[in-house]
Amino acid sequence: MREVAKVLAWKNDAGGWGRASILLHWLSALLVIGLFVVGNWMTGLAYTDQWYVTAPFLHKSFGLTLFLIMLVRVLWRIGSVTPNPLPSHSRFERTAARLAHVGLYVLLFATMISGYLISTADGRAISVFGLFEVPATISGLPGQEDIAGDFHYYLAVAVMVLAALHALAALKHHFVDRDSTLRRMLGCR
Amino acid sequence: MKARFFCIMAAVAMAVPGLAMAEAESYEIDTSHSFIQFRIQHLGYSWLYGAFNTFDGMFQLDRDNPENSSIEVKIDTASVDSNHAERDKHLRDDDFLEVEVYPEASFTSTSLLLNEDGRSGVMTGDLTLRGVTKSIEIDVSMVGEGDDPWGGYRAGFEGSTVLTLKDFNVKQDLGPASAQVEMILSIEGIRQ
Repeated sequence: MREVAKVLAWKNDAGGWGRASILLHWLSALLVIGLFVVGNWMTGLAYTDQWYVTAPFLHKSFGLTLFLIMLVRVLWRIGSVTPNPLPSHSRFERTAARLAHVGLYVLLFATMISGYLISTADGRAISVFGLFEVPATISGLPGQEDIAGDFHYYLAVAVMVLAALHALAALKHHFVDRDSTLRRMLGCR
Repeated sequence: MKARFFCIMAAVAMAVPGLAMAEAESYEIDTSHSFIQFRIQHLGYSWLYGAFNTFDGMFQLDRDNPENSSIEVKIDTASVDSNHAERDKHLRDDDFLEVEVYPEASFTSTSLLLNEDGRSGVMTGDLTLRGVTKSIEIDVSMVGEGDDPWGGYRAGFEGSTVLTLKDFNVKQDLGPASAQVEMILSIEGIRQ
């Protein structure tokens, strides 16, 4: 019997993700991929390129937006019910998924913090879309912008690798196992 | 015997400073009172200033033959500071200074031509930057010298020169107004 179509609730329940979690997930996925692509592209721009000034400004603005979204996401995750894994998921799958999710959260925060430490290394604040500024906290450490820059790069690469694994695993559930793992995150149970 | 020993020692003690006087005086650069600054045009609309904060070196003043005076300076290229961390990071990467490959720049003077005033002139020397060694000329002049209040003796100079970025294989093209960088040098030394 097919369940009667109804509007998905905002909150999670034991059977799956609510609208808030789904929205936060896909919004951060979009931002993470966008930030990686733009970050890689903008560091190679010619000095006279139209985007030479704007692209880093937008990268930082969207990066800090992602930070805010991730904070909300973590709080929402802690404060709400986490859906149960599907009964068909093996022990290994559950552990691997858990590790990947925690890894993604940790790597994302580390990437964002290292990026913030580049731009604020001289004590300057970061403008967010010209609307407000996020002030510097830790600045003036020896070689701060260079070390933070190296971390930012390799952490971002690590995020992409783990995110790719995460996506491949979801596709495997959808196309190979034919279970509802991915559908639950798309809002269709 | 004892008197004779003291006599010799006294003669040696007096002779040593005399000998030292005949040679060039050696000065160690006081980096807390010295500056290696640069300025470059931004798009032709304004001047951007920066500095290399870490360097050291010595200079020799030859009182008998001033044109034999010389200097050697080593500069930590990673210490570049243009008052903007993001730009400094870029200046250190391979578009500009490539400091991981070329962590040190150096200048060693080869000759000095003094003007009639004996206090200014043109110093020629080899600048090694980004692995390229090139002879450059620096306009130099003495600012002053004398005893300091703490028992030392100091001498100070200023210098200026213009470097073409392409000459030192700087990859980044900053536009026609910014092909060259002006160097502004202010060096104070303490006599050793």
